[in-house]
Formats: sequence, C-alpha cells, structure tokens
Amino acid sequence: MRLVEAIRSAFSAIMANALRSLLTMLGIVIGVAAVIAMVAIGSGARNLVDSQIRSLGANLAIVTPGNVTQGGARLGAGAASSLTDEDARAIRREIDGVVAAAPFVQGGAQVVAGGNNWGTRIYGIDLDWFSAREWDVATGRTFDPEEVRRGDIVILLGQTVARNLFGEDDPIDQIVRVRNVPFRVIGVMAPKGQSAFGQDQDDVVFVPLDTGRRRVIGRNYAKDGSVGSIFVKFANESDIVPGIESMTELLRQRHRIIGEQEDDFSIRNLTEIANTATASANTLSMLLAAVAAVSLLVGGIGIMNIMLVSVTERTREIGLRLAVGARPRDILSQFLIEATTLSTIGGALGIALGAGAAYLVAQLAGWPSLVSTNAILMAVGFSALVGIFFGFYPAQRAAKLDPIEALRRE
Amino acid sequence: MALIETRDLSRVYDLDAGRVVALDSVSLDIDQGDFVAVMGPSGSGKSTFMNLIGCLDRPTGGQYRLAGTAVESLDADGLARLRNREIGFVFQQFNLLPRVDALGNVELPMVYAGFDRRTRRERALQALGRVGLADRAHHRPMQLSGGQQQRVAIARALVNSPSLLLADEPTGALDSRTANEIMALFQELNREGATIVLVTHDAEVGRHAQRLVRFRDGRVIEDRRQTPVDARDLAPEAAE
Ligand SMILES: Nc1ncnc2c1ncn2[C@@H]1O[C@H](COP(=O)(O)OP(=O)(O)OP(=O)(O)O)[C@@H](O)[C@H]1O
Ligand SMILES: [Mg+2]
Repeated sequence: MRLVEAIRSAFSAIMANALRSLLTMLGIVIGVAAVIAMVAIGSGARNLVDSQIRSLGANLAIVTPGNVTQGGARLGAGAASSLTDEDARAIRREIDGVVAAAPFVQGGAQVVAGGNNWGTRIYGIDLDWFSAREWDVATGRTFDPEEVRRGDIVILLGQTVARNLFGEDDPIDQIVRVRNVPFRVIGVMAPKGQSAFGQDQDDVVFVPLDTGRRRVIGRNYAKDGSVGSIFVKFANESDIVPGIESMTELLRQRHRIIGEQEDDFSIRNLTEIANTATASANTLSMLLAAVAAVSLLVGGIGIMNIMLVSVTERTREIGLRLAVGARPRDILSQFLIEATTLSTIGGALGIALGAGAAYLVAQLAGWPSLVSTNAILMAVGFSALVGIFFGFYPAQRAAKLDPIEALRRE
Repeated sequence: MALIETRDLSRVYDLDAGRVVALDSVSLDIDQGDFVAVMGPSGSGKSTFMNLIGCLDRPTGGQYRLAGTAVESLDADGLARLRNREIGFVFQQFNLLPRVDALGNVELPMVYAGFDRRTRRERALQALGRVGLADRAHHRPMQLSGGQQQRVAIARALVNSPSLLLADEPTGALDSRTANEIMALFQELNREGATIVLVTHDAEVGRHAQRLVRFRDGRVIEDRRQTPVDARDLAPEAAE
C-alpha cells in the first residue's frame, strides 16, 4: 500500500474519533509547543546578547563617575565628574590586558547645515574610541592624533545625521554648525543600526574630546581634563575580571580613597550584563526543555494507550485485512503510520501554539521573534519519532494477531 | 489434478480442559469448477475445515495442496499471498469496513495485491456491477441492506479473480428470500467457472450445490453428487 494512501486512510481513522484523537494529541501539542518556544527564546536571547556585543564591542567594561549605591545623584548640574583623561591614560598604561581606554564626554546638540537642522547626541572622544567600540568610518577619515591633541574643530557624522542633513550629497569637507561653532566634516561613520534596546546608534556625531569639552558640551566638565565615562577594552574575556579589580585599586589610589571610604566611581562589566541575559534565557530554556520532555513522554504514552484501544476495537478489521491478503508487515505499517500521523498532527498544532508563545515572549522581551525552520523540522521530527516509538508496540500487537482469532472477536 | 487436495488433514486443539479434535484426518479432493456444499451439525468441524483450506489456519497434521502448492511449506507472507490471489472469502457476518464505502471495501484485496488506484477503481466497479450493485458504489455498509452487504462482500471476494471462493454460512444472517438471491448469484458465478465451497446449515441452501459433503465429529461421513436446484426457478413464495 502506497504511503500517501496509507496516510489518507490513517487520517480518516483519526477523524472517525476526532475528539478522542485531539485529546490524545494534547501531550504532543504541549511538548512540541514547548520545544518551539524554547528554541525561539534561546536564540532570541542569544541574538540580543550578540547584538549587544556587536554594537558595543566585545570584552568591554565601562567606568562611570559616582558610586552605584548613590546612583547618579552626585552628578547634579554643575557638579564635576570625578574621572579624568589622566585616569584613562593610567588605565591604558598600567592595567594588564587593556587594549584601549576611551574616555568620552557626551551631550545633546543641534547640528545645522545650510537650511537643515537636526537634533542629535554629540560625543567628545579620543582615538581609543574607535578600537574600543570596534567602530570605523565608512567614508572620509577618523581624527588624526594632532587634531585630538589640539582640539581641532572637525566632526564625524553618524549615518542618520549625514542622511538627514545632506541627503544623497557627500558631506565630506562641508561645514556644519554646532552651537554656532563651524565644524568641518571629515568622515561619516559606518552604520551600526539599532542597539539592543532599540535606539538608533547612527543618530550621533563625534568631535575630539577637548573640542567637545570646551566648545559644545562644557557644563559638567568644568574641571580641567574631566570626562563623562571611560570605555575599557580588554584583549581577552578572561582579562576582564582581574582587570576590573586592578582598575578599582588603581583608581582608588589616584582619587585618594582610603580604608572604608566608598569609591567615587563604578565599573561595570558589559560582557557580564550580556551574559546575565543569556543565563536567564537559559534558565527559561531549561524549564521549557523539562516541560517538553515530560509532555512528549506523556503524549507518547497517551498515543500508545489510544493505539492499543484502537487495535482492540478494530480486531475484526485486522482479521478481515489478513483474510483478504494483508501481510503482518502491512498491518504493522498501517498502525505505525496511524500513530505517526496522529503524533505529527499534534506536532503541527504544537508548532502553531509554540510559535504564538514565542512571538508573545519576544514582544514582551523586546527581541526579534525567531521561529527557525530548524526548530520546526526538529519539532516535526520529534513528534514523528514519538509516534513511531510509542506506536510500535500496539502496531506489533496488531500484526501478531491470528487471523481466525481476530475474525471471531466481537 | 484437483484444485484442492487434502490428505489426512487434522486440526487438534490442546486446551487446559483437554484435547479437542476439531478435524480428524480428512482426505478430500475438490475439482476446478465444482460447487460443494459442506453440511453437518454444529461443532462438526465445518468452519475448521474452511479455515484450513482458506489458508487462515494451519493444520496440526496431514497435507494440503492448493492448485499444486504445498501449503504447509509456506511462511506467513506466502499464506497472505495465497489468500490474496487464490482465495476469496465470504463470511456470515459480511465483515465490511464500516467507514469505507462499497467501492473501497471491494478495492481492499487489490490494495494488498499492489494495484494502482485507477485499476482498482475500474475492477471494483466491474465487480460491483457483477453483483448488481453498480449504483451503490458510494454507499457505506450502514446504508445497505443485509443482502446488499453480502453482495458487496461477494464482489470483494471475486475482485482478484481467485481460483477458489469460500463461503462460511453466507446466508446465515439473511432471510430466506434474500438467501435465495445470494445462492442464485453463487450458481451464476459457478456456471462462469468459479470453484465454490460453501458451508450451510440449511438443507434448502445445500440443494443448490452439485456436491454435498457432510461432516460429523471432524470426519466426512457423507460425500455425494446431486442435481442442483436452480435458485432462479424458486419463486420467492416457494423459498419462504
Ligand atoms: N479456537 C479454538 N479452540 C478450541 N477449540 C476450538 C477452537 N475452534 C474450534 N474449536 C472446536 O473445534 C470443533 C469444531 O468447531 P467448528 O467451528 O469447526 O464447528 P462448526 O462445524 O463450524 O460448527 P458451527 O456449525 O456451529 O459453526 C468444536 O468442537 C469447537 O469447540
Ligand atoms: Mg462454523
């Protein structure tokens, strides 16, 4: 009997007891839904972490002024930042495994070019920024060391800013005004896209650190050489934790903080933040995996049970099929196909349910919903396997029936 | 050479309650084209004999040749093949698949013979036409009368053109008028060359056969030829 026909007749056998079949499938439905949701959530979280690392740069820590326990309260208007250029330089010089220490200042600014006007974020940076953030220009060039040292009035535009101010025109060597200071555009940054939190990272402009501090941002950085924060990039992930320890030591010394006194800065491991997201996603995944395993097992046993009932109910049918020339293996495959069809329909329903759940979680967690073809194939495979595995025993019982005994059964 | 040759064919059941000799050394030849009625009291071994020559059961002793094939030497698949190609079975309880229409029921033996859909459909329609039910092809068993259901079963038994048609009390569940119609059909099939072995309790039904074999206690106690009564000649009233 050809497979298509076997499946068709399996369908009609299943539909003959639609409600019973549906209830039987429930375990498989839930199991497969859990598998689908598990994979989707796992890869969603991994994507979140990946994009975080991609947009920030790998092996990164950030030093911010103030203590976490005090929040940013100490940095009120007019308050000077506790961090300086010199701190960054000391970190670069003295901490093992540091490949870049990028101090920066930041603020908001209106950028004007011709008749166009665009509100954006402005960063004052030094050369380490580009390696720390793994971010280069798409066209033009970055600052040269002299420009940074002198505090020249040159600017780099993010893609969004360039597009909004200049459209299709080439912005290089054009003049833009920020707080009435005319800056020369020397480059346009490579596109970064959305951050993990949905901000447009290309809506930004960069000027040399000193330029930013003196000309356009000022305010909080009154003290000479003070900076907003410092990105510190390490060569290897394993350098980060010991590096943070020695940085804390170093900065306490430099800021003359002794004994029980609290730090006037805080250091966060950005990789760790990303890893926390992975860890919680992993916990959720494990939970779903457990639900999936139990449901598939229960579902499989349900299928076995219903197939045993079905074999008993249809003993006469089996006897008749044997009498008109079915071989034992024809009976075996008939019931195997029926069990597999049952579990695969359950699997299909489970995929729909799981994709729905994954979509919902993705919406809530704010990451892209990812129901991959792989996960679907895996789910279909799983449910078919459950059908074959748990359908085998009942099918074999059917195939072993004696034709006369079977025909005589009421 | 006879179509069916049995030599000392025996079937013994070893039960906890004791030994039951259902069939006791039966040697019988049945020729191609014959129409045999098997009669005898209940428990005399008629069904046992039918199941053995229908390759549904295996003997505990003796030999059986069907169309020259030594049946004892076959494995389960070989027996299935023989049942499929050489034998058509008709049961007292019809044994139609309830969820499948008449056409689908008649197609069933061809499914296991490996015919494609179109051939199956064609031949099944032909077989249904043969038993006068061409217009009921898409009716389910529930939608057919007892006599019609038995006709569908006969069409199913015919459809693979077997060399042997076996019927174990095919009229047992039918009223005598319908039974007469079924017997007329068997006689017609026999005239066209089918070899038929039919078990019945009803002497009236037995009169339609050419040969009568009587069993008692698992043995053949009578075996004679007779002039069959043509079922078509019996007015419905006479059969009642
Ligand atoms: N599966 C079995 N196990 C034990 N004994 C059996 C079995 N099948 C049949 N028998 C015995 O074999 C004997 C012959 O039974 P069989 O069914 O052939 O009788 P029968 O002539 O067809 O009777 P009936 O006219 O009532 O159908 C009986 O004594 C019966 O009890
Ligand atoms: Mg009987």
